[in-house]
Amino acid sequence: MNRKENFTAGFIRENPVFGLYLGCCSTLAITTSLNNAIGMGVSVIIVLILSNVIISMMRKIIPDEIRIPVYIVVIAALVKSIELLIKAYASSIDAALGLFLPLIVVNCIILGRAEAFASKNGVLDSALDGLGMGLGYTCALVVMSLIRQVIATGLINFTNPFTNQLIFEVRLIPESFTISMFGSPTGAFLTFAVLAAALTAYKNAQAAKAAKKEAK
Amino acid sequence: MANLFTLFISAVLINNVILSQFLGVCPFLGVSKNKSSAIGMGAAVTFVIFGASILTYGLYKLVLEPNSLEYMDLLSFILIIASFVQFVEMFIKKFSPALYKSLGIYLPLITTNCAVLGVALDNIKQGFTFPEMLVYSLGIPIGFTLVLYIFSTIRERLDAADTPVSFKGNPIALIVAALMALAFSGFAGLV
Repeated sequence: MNRKENFTAGFIRENPVFGLYLGCCSTLAITTSLNNAIGMGVSVIIVLILSNVIISMMRKIIPDEIRIPVYIVVIAALVKSIELLIKAYASSIDAALGLFLPLIVVNCIILGRAEAFASKNGVLDSALDGLGMGLGYTCALVVMSLIRQVIATGLINFTNPFTNQLIFEVRLIPESFTISMFGSPTGAFLTFAVLAAALTAYKNAQAAKAAKKEAK
Repeated sequence: MANLFTLFISAVLINNVILSQFLGVCPFLGVSKNKSSAIGMGAAVTFVIFGASILTYGLYKLVLEPNSLEYMDLLSFILIIASFVQFVEMFIKKFSPALYKSLGIYLPLITTNCAVLGVALDNIKQGFTFPEMLVYSLGIPIGFTLVLYIFSTIRERLDAADTPVSFKGNPIALIVAALMALAFSGFAGLV
């Protein structure tokens, strides 16, 4: 696989959330608004790139037997730094994400990429992989939060997390036609299920197309 | 006493880990395919959460807080949890090879089960006293086991059902989870 394929695999085909069911806890929990999704997505991208780079740099000196604990310590240190930074400069994100910010540590995507990719590849490739996977995760969060927010409140809005200033707000559905259930856990599971099924359907269609081509 | 009971009920039913806090969804989808592994996983998680909560709470209150090292919580908690899970794994391997076999890959994965770290951090964040912490960290995994068990019984029947191709497997399981979350949200008025 070349670099470009590696980079784009995370978006649709191997989307970490809907394709591989990694990091689904945070996806279900925080996708109630676009703000949360982007805040979480950006934090995960930063942690993922940095952890991939650090682990790929250290891959030759980490003994094989204790690699997992070493990865976990690296990731935990990074997450704690990000958490402290967010607490200091963007406290509204910290309030909204709550427990799920420190829980990035146990987000399977990060440990998974460290083990599957960064421990075997060079620094630049690992950084790109981190960016690709992180963007795939963020895309999944954004799509899901858009669906949930629009159906549950009828609004799309985005505020600057550093100043709490409203950047834009659009009403798509009149207030009396919103379904507030989509903001609750039930709506989270439902949206997730439908999106995961859509991805499976897309993959099946692609596979069928490829099979037809081969038969010809 | 009444307070502790309320806390227990709300930890098991109202703030259920899986259906309302979304912690531990990965094992929820992974190990819920049959009843016996659901119970095994539930028991392992209960033991790990209870043990790890006591250890992390003790560490935080006795070591980190007096030395104002609160920012080390994440790092030290995750190490405690990882080594505790390793210990439980060796223990089960030795005493019940059958259970070990059926839990398979999910046992080491308890380390990255967000419910364990989530409860440990939540105990600190909510400022629980020691007895409250004990009740909470017992109630949460009991709620987890309960939902996992109910879910596995539904899923055993789901295998025989005629579901659309793209919904087979996890997507239909998530739909079931959505309906269960709806049912569990009815408990909200309990306390």
